[in-house]
Amino acid sequence: MRRPQPKLTVFAVGVLVVIVLPFVLSEFRTVQLATVGAYFIAILGLDVLTGHSGQISLGHGAFMAVGAYTTAILMSSHGVRDLWTIPIAGAVAGGIGLVAGVPALRLSGLYLALATFGIAIVLPTILKKFDHFTGGSTGLALFGKPTQTGHGIGVKILGQQLSNNQWLYALTWTIAAALFLVAWWLLDSRFGRSLRAIRDSELAAAAAGVNRSTYKIAAFGVSAAYAGVAGALFAINVAYVSPDSFPIQLSLYLLVGAVVGFFGSIWGAALGALLILFLPDIVGLLPHVDTKQAGPTTFFFGAVLVVLMLLLPLVLRVGTALSNRGYSRPQ
Amino acid sequence: MANFIQQVVSGLASGGIYGALALAIVLIHRATGVLNFAQGEMATLSAFVCWSLIDHGWAFWPAFGATIFLSFAGGVVLEQTVIRPIQNGPLLGIVILTIGLLIAINGLTTWVWGGAAKQFHGPFSTAPINVGGVAFSKQDIGVIAISVVSVVLIGLLFTRTKLGLGLRAAAANPTEARLVGVRVPGMLALGWGLAAVLGAVAGVMAAPSLFLEPNMMQTVLLYAFAAAVLGGMDSPVGAVIGGLVLGVLLNLVGTYVHWVGGELRLAVALAVILGVLLIRPAGLFGRTAVRRV
Repeated sequence: MRRPQPKLTVFAVGVLVVIVLPFVLSEFRTVQLATVGAYFIAILGLDVLTGHSGQISLGHGAFMAVGAYTTAILMSSHGVRDLWTIPIAGAVAGGIGLVAGVPALRLSGLYLALATFGIAIVLPTILKKFDHFTGGSTGLALFGKPTQTGHGIGVKILGQQLSNNQWLYALTWTIAAALFLVAWWLLDSRFGRSLRAIRDSELAAAAAGVNRSTYKIAAFGVSAAYAGVAGALFAINVAYVSPDSFPIQLSLYLLVGAVVGFFGSIWGAALGALLILFLPDIVGLLPHVDTKQAGPTTFFFGAVLVVLMLLLPLVLRVGTALSNRGYSRPQ
Repeated sequence: MANFIQQVVSGLASGGIYGALALAIVLIHRATGVLNFAQGEMATLSAFVCWSLIDHGWAFWPAFGATIFLSFAGGVVLEQTVIRPIQNGPLLGIVILTIGLLIAINGLTTWVWGGAAKQFHGPFSTAPINVGGVAFSKQDIGVIAISVVSVVLIGLLFTRTKLGLGLRAAAANPTEARLVGVRVPGMLALGWGLAAVLGAVAGVMAAPSLFLEPNMMQTVLLYAFAAAVLGGMDSPVGAVIGGLVLGVLLNLVGTYVHWVGGELRLAVALAVILGVLLIRPAGLFGRTAVRRV
């Protein structure tokens, strides 16, 4: 068990990069990277669920929406300060995840994909229907609310004056780093081993005395809680939520992010999160492509996913090497 | 009462569209065990191709014929290039691949045709015809007729021809089909082609009433999934009946249950999916899968 030294180095380098970045980048990039942090957390959650317990979710944007709306409603109608809404959003989404995990037990792979896909498509219409809670199509604006830390101007921490964008960046990535450590620890523990055993063979896992139902439901809960926190941070970063902030595309992009980050490995999650935000810029580098229009970027998102899936054996091997340390997946 | 009959007929018209797309989904699922999440976007692409041909001065029916042919070719090419290589890989990989296709085709249509909704003039006028005090729209009748004709044609192909026998054999038992001389890979490619054709029919029929835009089939896809699940994922007949039942059900619930109205129809479809999957996964006409472990 005394092997994870290189990973510690990687983690330390990663933390260093995250700390240095806002000092060298523009304010605009800083706030963009804060959003990357929120995606990063959601992808971590998706990695736990789909990568490790083998339950596919095409609707993780829905759990993000639960978190985001929890934060927005608490901040705008109940006078709760934004920071305190984050754990509440995680708990609410996590609770719903636990509940959703029970019927999910009855759905095998394809059908779970179908059901979660349906939930992600239907969600915006439901958010619009219950407009007395959610503000309907107009959404809820949070900027300048008294519950916003720093009131959109900036925050002073330890004698350092941070601009509002720097504050959001620091907040998001501090939480992201903490949640990364938690995921690392969870997946390295009995919990993670049990999930992988279930993913690779439910029957063998049951025979070895792993309680499948408990672990699969728990994976749903943990994963949803991560998405909930991600949603809360998303709401705080953007200071606005509306049903259209959570289209089916968001859920699908999270999946793309998880796949790009070498499926099932939390180490690649940052890569996936970066891709979600910066693919438009990368696509813009191609000649004769107008990225002001949404089409090309979307096309390349899909194309990346298709190509990665065609290279699937390779992706899985790297993912397995990164996450499992010697446990191999039967092909 | 007149209103009720009108709602039923227009429900059957949308139901025909759901049924055609659901049949496409079921054909692929039966043959390969894959749920093609890109089926809706493929249909949208077909509808755009048809629109472009008409825009270039073609009459509707030749344009429709050409679209059907191009969609068939497109389906076959898609199967050969991206599905074939990972056909035997993990299920999760194939699901994600079709999601990738969904995103890519959606991006492609937005790229080529732009995001703005286009008016698509179908072959049937929207003028109502009066039968005993009930006003039917010609478009609804036409859509029902076309869906029924295409579904019956596909049905005849499967049950009355040698090719259809091969298709069914390849789906039911690939190994034994190969032993008796059925060219299974060719049959799978053909299956994708036929599914693309059904999608094209659904897309072109849906376009006049929905306005043509890149996300047009996203909701229809969910209805089609609901129809396929309701009828049983392995039953072609079930998919069509499921589509018709769902079309009528959604129309009636939307009209008479005011709390649901027009906005929550999607939620009703989702409820159908979840309800059937949790209570009776085989659907109305499907067989319960028994697995030896």
